Order: sequence, then structure tokens, then C-alpha cells
Amino acid sequence: MSTSTLTAPARPQAPAQRRPRRARWLKKLPTTIIVALLLIVEIYPLVWLLLGSFKTNKEFLEEPVWSLPASFNFDNYVDAWTTGNIAQYATNSILAVFPALFLMLVMGTAAGFALEVMVWKGRNGVLLAFLTGIMVPGQMILLPLFTVYFQTGLTGTLWPLIITYTATGLPLTVFMMATYFRSVPREVFEASTLDGANILRSFFSIGLPMIKNAIFTVALVQFFFIWNDLLIALTFTNSTDLRTIQVGLLNFNGEYGSTNYGPLFAAICINVFGTLVIYLFLNQRVQKGLTAGSVKG
Amino acid sequence: MKQVLGDRKSILILIGPALLVYTLVMLVPVVWSLGYTLFEGNAIVGFTFVGLDNFARMLTDARVHEALWFTIRYAVVITVGQVFFGYLLSLLYVFVLKKSSGIIRTLAFFPVVLPTVAVALMFQKMFEIAPQNGLVNEFLNLFGVESVDWFGSSGSAFLVIAIMDIWRSMGFYGVLLYAGLVDIPEDVLESARIDGASGWRLVQHIVLPLSLPVLLSSIIFSINGTLKVFDSILALTNGGPGTSTSPLTIYMFQTSFTYGEYGYGSSIAFLLTLLCLVVTLFIFRSSRRDLTKG
Repeated sequence: MSTSTLTAPARPQAPAQRRPRRARWLKKLPTTIIVALLLIVEIYPLVWLLLGSFKTNKEFLEEPVWSLPASFNFDNYVDAWTTGNIAQYATNSILAVFPALFLMLVMGTAAGFALEVMVWKGRNGVLLAFLTGIMVPGQMILLPLFTVYFQTGLTGTLWPLIITYTATGLPLTVFMMATYFRSVPREVFEASTLDGANILRSFFSIGLPMIKNAIFTVALVQFFFIWNDLLIALTFTNSTDLRTIQVGLLNFNGEYGSTNYGPLFAAICINVFGTLVIYLFLNQRVQKGLTAGSVKG
Repeated sequence: MKQVLGDRKSILILIGPALLVYTLVMLVPVVWSLGYTLFEGNAIVGFTFVGLDNFARMLTDARVHEALWFTIRYAVVITVGQVFFGYLLSLLYVFVLKKSSGIIRTLAFFPVVLPTVAVALMFQKMFEIAPQNGLVNEFLNLFGVESVDWFGSSGSAFLVIAIMDIWRSMGFYGVLLYAGLVDIPEDVLESARIDGASGWRLVQHIVLPLSLPVLLSSIIFSINGTLKVFDSILALTNGGPGTSTSPLTIYMFQTSFTYGEYGYGSSIAFLLTLLCLVVTLFIFRSSRRDLTKG
């Protein structure tokens, strides 16, 4: 490790390079310690969680907390997935989240286009109306919605979740889409309309393809928000077989968690590593998207 | 061309669905909730008009005071913590790690995407004392410190909540502030260095003032989010011990759905909305004033 640094030609205007090796190493030490500490703090809890998901109850009670599991068997996962109903809950989440995502993106993108590219009176007012929606806490709309869903007989299906997710996701989607359309030069749309394209057609054949990256980013951001939601899911799921994965996990903890450590850890792991896999592949995009959507807090 | 971009029918087709759904599912319920504040009862037993009784009750309800105080305390502590640690991280990225900070940024960011419920349950197990010690107590025992019943008193429970939420989001603010810091022109920093500023003095006199706008927006985002905290606390402490870690959001939820008091629940939700609105406007205004001054 040292020879290459020693023989490497010293870069110009870098006096630190000429210092003795030990001094440089000492100078770097605090940084190394800080970074190592940071990584331990951020990552070790998850490693501990993962190891715990392979332990038997006996190991939990008799071995120290940081011991390694005796063997890597997936009994806990099978337990959580079937007896713990996580399979059912994950299915519910998928059935609620993806239709909502689709509806929200279609409507939000069209609205963003109308608000940013098209010219009409009152569009600033409408944009502002959408923006205030980002600030309103969910608690302010729960009770009327609960009443309406109850009276229209939608309670007992996943529709309340789909509808509420679509609507609560719209403000941020519209806001982000409008921002992305702002960065597309207006000339593009003006040129296409000069060529005789109807504005709806230029939205579908020119606008949409130009910001398809942005749509994907917003989809990711909203996916994380909805997938991780607890408030709305908890309010509108009144029976066991409608629970989303977050509500299911919360109840799993209450029902089995105090005695069945292994399956609980496995259930948490399924939930955690599902989102983590997406992040592993798309981390740059997720970082950009989530920070762009930070107005949501 | 103007006509095409201003075509009413197309505009209606494009924005109509979004506006309709947004109005029906968000705007109308907000107004409806405001109406509920004047009533007592719920959807099943029916409503009776009580005027401003709900608000009068809020003034004397010790639980509302407790929840309001907790919400404010939580928002302030977590905002300061998140933004402070995020800022330290961003300084580390920009000035110490420089070009090689990418992987560390990515790793420190990832807790943000994890489901809050899962993270909360993980922290619950980490800070556990019974039936067996969690990671933290076991670690303390190593140094001869006795196990602490973290969720047994409101002070230590609050500490765990704070640790968890800062753990979860400091990487996020690190990246957010990093984006602001890399925008500082290199020549400004260079000339300050030539003038002899380095280390903390450089940060204090050059970097901090220049990154003030992005720091301020981070604070706004953080307050806006922390005032509405619900899932992490519900899953971690369920508002306990007792009701000592219940923010307004959880109290509203219990009032409405456990006790079926829609009117009172809506009043609490209204109080929360008002709080969010006031804080947002206040910070927005003061930040604008500062920007024009500088």
C-alpha cells in the first residue's frame, strides 16, 4: 500500500505530499476515524437486524446480542411470510401503491404541463392551490374522507387507500412536474405546434418523452412516500386482510413481537431490504429525487 | 400559436382530472373538517352543533397542552439535530472527502428510504431492556454501566426518539446541504484562503454566511416535516410512557378513532394545521427579508 504512494510523482503545488509518510498518515487519521464511526453508526444496526433474523428464540435469550446466528436457516422468514401474513400484507401494499402511483403520475404530469407550458388566466392561482396541499397535514382530511368512504361502502376495499394516496401525492407531483417542464425550452412546443401538431398530441409525443426521466424520478420518490405511509393506511384499513405491509408489521409487533423475536426480525428485514434493493440500484436518482421533493419535509 | 398554447379545451383535458381529484379529496375535506370543529359526535351516532365548545375545551385540556408542547419541543430538537448533523456531514463531504465523498454520501443517505415503521421497531429492539437487553444496554453493560429502561420515562423515551429520527435523516440533510455547498464558487474560497482564513474560521466567516439560504430552506423543510410526525413515534413508543410522548398528530388520531370524537379531533387537526401555516409563513417571511438585506 505504501510503495505506490512513495514512488508516485509528487503533484505540483501540494506541499502535504512532501511531508514524511507518518505525518500524512496521522493527518488523515481523524478523517478515517470519523468516516469509520459514521459508517458503523449508519450500517451496524442493519447488520444486527439481519443477523437477528436468522437466530432462533433460544439464541435470542441465551446468547449475547452481538453473537452470530448458529446457522443461516430461513425458518424465521417462512414463519413471517406465511403465519405472520407478511405475504398478504405485501400484496395489499402493491395493489394499493401501484394503481395510485399510476393515476397520480398521469394526472400530475398533465397538470404540470398545463400549468407550465400552456398559457391561461389563473394558472398561478391553481399552482398555488396545489402548493398549499403540500403543507396541509393528513389529519386535516382524514375524518371527512373516513365518513364518505364509510357511507359509499368503499370501506372494506383497497379503494380508499388508492384514492387518498393519489390525491395526497398530487401536490408534490404537480409541483415537481411543473419544475421539470420549466427546464424544457418553450421553443420545442412552439415548433411542434407550428408544424401543425395539436397541443394534446405534442404533449404526448414530445412533452412526455422529453421528461420521461423526470417522471421516473418522481415515481420513485412517491413510491417511497406511499409505500412507507402509516397514517392513511392505518385509518382506512379496518380488517386484517386489507392491511398494508406497514400496518401489518406494526400489528405483527403487537401480536407476536414480544415472544417471537426471530420472525419479527425477519418481517422487519423483508420490509427494510425490499426498499434497500431499489436504493442499491437507483441510489443517485433516489438522492436527487428525494432532495428535489424535500419541500414535503 | 398563442391560440394553440391557450386552447381551452386542451387545458381542461390536461388539468381537469388532477384539479377535480385534488379538490374533491383534499380541498373539500379540509373545509369539511373545519365544519366538524363546530360539532360533537361521529359518523355513526350523528352530530350535534356545539358552537365553539371544542375550542374552549382545547384551552383547558391538559392533554392538548402536553401534546402541543411535545410537538413544538420535538420539532425544535429534531430540526436542530437534523440540520446540524446534516451540515457537519456536508462539510465533511465538501472540504475533507472532496471528490471521494460519493460512496459515503450514498451510504449515509440510505436510512431515509427505509420504512419508518421498520426503523422504529428496530430501534425499539435496540434499546430494549426486557425480556432481554438490546444492543444499547448490552453495550453500556460492557463499560460497567447498568441497563437503562429507555422507554420507562418520558425523558429517555424522547432521547431515543430524537436519536432515531436524527439517525434516519441526517444523511438526507447532508446531501441537501452538500448541493448548496458545492455551489459556493471555488475562487471565493481560494481568495479567503490566501487572506489566511482556514479551518473553522473559513467555515465561520465564508462558508456559513454563503450557505445561509440553503440552511434556511433545510430548516423550513425540517420543521414542516417534524410538526407532522406520526408514524415513527407511533411505532416506537406509541406515545408512551403514558401520554408523555404523544404529539398532536397521535392525540388527534386517538381522539377521533379510539374515542370517536370527530369534532374534537378536527379541532386538534385544525390547531396543527394552523401551527404548520404560521411556522411556514413566519420563516418564509423572515428568510425573504434576510435575502433582500444580504
